[in-house]
Amino acid sequence: MAADGGIANPDRLLFEGPEWDFEKLRRVYGAIEEIALGELGLDVYPNQIEVITSEQMLDAYASIGLPLMYRHWSFGKRFAREEALYRHGLQGLAYEIVINSSPCISYIMEENSMTMQALVIAHAAFGHNHFFKNNYLFRQWTDATGILDYLTFARDFVAHAEESHGVEAVERVVDAAHALMNHGVHRYDRPAKLNLEEERKRQEERRQHFESSYDDIWRTALIGDKREEEPGQDKEKQRAEVRRRLGLPEENLLYFLEKRAPRLEPWQRELVRIVRHISQYFYPQKQTRLLNEGCATFVHYEIMTRLHEKGLITDGSFLEALHSHTSVVFQPDFDDRRYNGINPYALGFAMMRDIKRICLEPEDEDREWFPEIAGNGDPYGTLRHAWANYRDESFVLQYLSPHLMRKFRLFKVLDEEGADTLVVDAIHDERGYREIRRALARHYDLARHDPDIQIRDVDLQGDRCLVLSHVVHDGVLLDEPSAKAVLEQLAELWRYSIRLEEIDAASEHVIKAHEVPARL
Amino acid sequence: MNIIDRRPNPKGKSLANRQRFIDRARGEVKKALVDALKRRKVGETDGGEKISIPSRGIAEPVFHRAAHGGKRDYIVPGNKKYVAGDQIERPPAGEGGGRGGASAEDGGEQDAFEFVLSKEEFLNLFFEDLELPDLVKTRLKESEATQLARAGFSIAGTPASLNLVRTMRNSLARRISLHRPRAHEIAALERQIDTALAADDAESAAQGRLDLDLLQRRARRVGFIDPVDVRYNRFERIPKPNTQAVMFCLMDVSGSMTEAMKDLAKRFFLLLHVFLTRRYKHVEVVFIRHTSNAQEVDEETFFHSRETGGTIVSTALEEMMRVVRERYSPDNWNIYAAQASDGDNYTEDSDRCSQLLGGEILPLTQYFAYIEVGAEATLRHGFPSPPTDLWRTYSQIAEQHRNFAMRKVADQTQIFPVFHELFAKQREHA
Repeated sequence: MAADGGIANPDRLLFEGPEWDFEKLRRVYGAIEEIALGELGLDVYPNQIEVITSEQMLDAYASIGLPLMYRHWSFGKRFAREEALYRHGLQGLAYEIVINSSPCISYIMEENSMTMQALVIAHAAFGHNHFFKNNYLFRQWTDATGILDYLTFARDFVAHAEESHGVEAVERVVDAAHALMNHGVHRYDRPAKLNLEEERKRQEERRQHFESSYDDIWRTALIGDKREEEPGQDKEKQRAEVRRRLGLPEENLLYFLEKRAPRLEPWQRELVRIVRHISQYFYPQKQTRLLNEGCATFVHYEIMTRLHEKGLITDGSFLEALHSHTSVVFQPDFDDRRYNGINPYALGFAMMRDIKRICLEPEDEDREWFPEIAGNGDPYGTLRHAWANYRDESFVLQYLSPHLMRKFRLFKVLDEEGADTLVVDAIHDERGYREIRRALARHYDLARHDPDIQIRDVDLQGDRCLVLSHVVHDGVLLDEPSAKAVLEQLAELWRYSIRLEEIDAASEHVIKAHEVPARL
Repeated sequence: MNIIDRRPNPKGKSLANRQRFIDRARGEVKKALVDALKRRKVGETDGGEKISIPSRGIAEPVFHRAAHGGKRDYIVPGNKKYVAGDQIERPPAGEGGGRGGASAEDGGEQDAFEFVLSKEEFLNLFFEDLELPDLVKTRLKESEATQLARAGFSIAGTPASLNLVRTMRNSLARRISLHRPRAHEIAALERQIDTALAADDAESAAQGRLDLDLLQRRARRVGFIDPVDVRYNRFERIPKPNTQAVMFCLMDVSGSMTEAMKDLAKRFFLLLHVFLTRRYKHVEVVFIRHTSNAQEVDEETFFHSRETGGTIVSTALEEMMRVVRERYSPDNWNIYAAQASDGDNYTEDSDRCSQLLGGEILPLTQYFAYIEVGAEATLRHGFPSPPTDLWRTYSQIAEQHRNFAMRKVADQTQIFPVFHELFAKQREHA
């Protein structure tokens, strides 16, 4: 680190004391920008910083952090809960919310001290912003310039639907779609970018298409096939053909329902589509929590340190920033009462600090594990590469070092049904490093975390029963009451009977089945 | 970079969603409210109510894996003593020995959902289908006080109430339609004349003077502001509803009233008070207890101290009249009274009671409710108990006065229904 003093120089100070004003914000922003772009080499969307009150922060929480959202009771529920927690002092508010859009909008609260505002600007307006702009998942899957327009469209569409069909009817569809939200993403193929004008046009086209060729798929798939049916033709083959035409199996349940559910009105399909799009928009965030928060935390830590080194902030504010920083990256041990899983801020930040260490001061062990980056002398370049090209799972798999596993004292516990005790499978030693790293990476793999549920078949010849499957790994079944409740919601959209089979991945036996009758 | 101050933006963006949420959970919220009400004091109405409702009706289910069963592994930090191959006692169910980082959220459902209702929401929900009796409302309208309210515009008024915007708008329209020359047009013409003069162009200068003259004459004829433009704000006097009320709580505290009976009475008083605060900005409560004589006391004494002695109800009514005369003139106050008793009264006192009630109290009060508590002991034998002295007396009054109501309450669960019955909308009057 270049040492240009470290002692606060009264002439150079950006601010003193806790009070903030817009002039100070501008000054601090300028200084932070210089470090972020010049020294860390970050590349960000244009920034828009909005000052809000705590009440508005609660509002923002309630609509899952988005600046505008359609109306739904569940957001009111979220608001009520957050408010109760906040009012009783059980929970502080987040210092900021940042929205993946261009310009990148960061909300900062008026209650924050000037130091906290600086920290928040570094964290959100540069850390998160850089991540949003550069990470491959965000680049491929979300459209930062279009999201605000799309949300406007969604809000207006829902409001309009409520006017013409009643709040209750709309809520039934949206409730059902929300229940399936986690299963409303395309995991493998990239969706087309959203564009408001196009979206409106498409909606109109879809409406006309539905009007002109209602139930097209049913006619061709059902009657069409029947006509071609030759005596003695293999029934199984015919069903396979139907499945192929319907695009089954399909793991994007919302997509399938939107396109194929036989008894949805066009406006209901559009509602399903809106929920699906929003789910898709958040999908990259769910896969990159560790990286995203780690990146933002690392960036604010580096920037605050540099501000202090350059004598731009007082020792007092630097300590205030450190105090807040350490509570964010606090990781309690497993036997601590406060333990609630691995803190993504803590692990993410520690891994990035560790990468910096490996780049600058590697040990023999690091040279052996990370030959390509050890001692390369370019920590920020290496990190920018990691931020751009990894998601949580692959990041852990690639970069979790033995050094860090020892520092966190990670160990792996095996829990097998029927066994009387848990077994310590691997610990942070020579034999365990790879196993721990592999297992931890797997925990960050969403595809493994969300239950693997697919639509397998539709009985077109019979009662139009929709058949879903849950692929069971290691004998872990679905939680029964919630599965039942979700299927009820699914039936709201499908209207015919539904059967969910839990199939063991290894033996392909059906272990358990849930059924919901048709709603006629 | 752009810094925007969003603080002045309207608050309560989530209010509509919140309302929807409460509507959805309405049944459960109401039930929770009745429970919550038990904890309240009579005079305590500021602030909302913290309530907790079961999360059944408002669950948002998602597919997730069961918390137990099958084979799973966890990566946890903070190893202190374990080496590979160690066996660990299974921690008590529910804790799971820690979970992998990403799985912290799949607990999913909560057992109870706790949140705070604002005072407004609380009252609206609680009294959503109740209304003050029609009779009371007609009396409300009779109040004397008035206040000024905006009522459009007029063409006459005091200068203080001149509406500039309206006036100027009319003036502008008139000036445009009558082609009143604008100041800059005249100025331009004058300049033109000057340049013409400077250039010794007498002809165009003369022409310019003619035009100028025409414009100036027109400007004089078409005034900048004409009396027909002028508009004043108009105000009307509208009767102001009387916004203060006093509520008298009368209770028999003689030995025959048990704690349970007092508790019932308290609940009724409390409901009435909350209900009144919804209608009136300012509600005062007066507690009068009586045995064989009556006195005004504070709430604590009212509910909790014991007295011995006989029961003469009329003393309480007299005390009430005294307080009314001294502090609460019926011209300024809406007077409500609720009386609770077990029905005992000194037999000779009955006439005095009906005299006081019918002759003095009822004409002054908006509403007088009598509840007789604790008839359960006699009901248990399967046949109705004979009406008490007080009940018999009051029955006659109830027939003659529409602002008098009486009910029997035997246990807690009847309090709200009885209250509801008394104040339900479309209450039938003869």
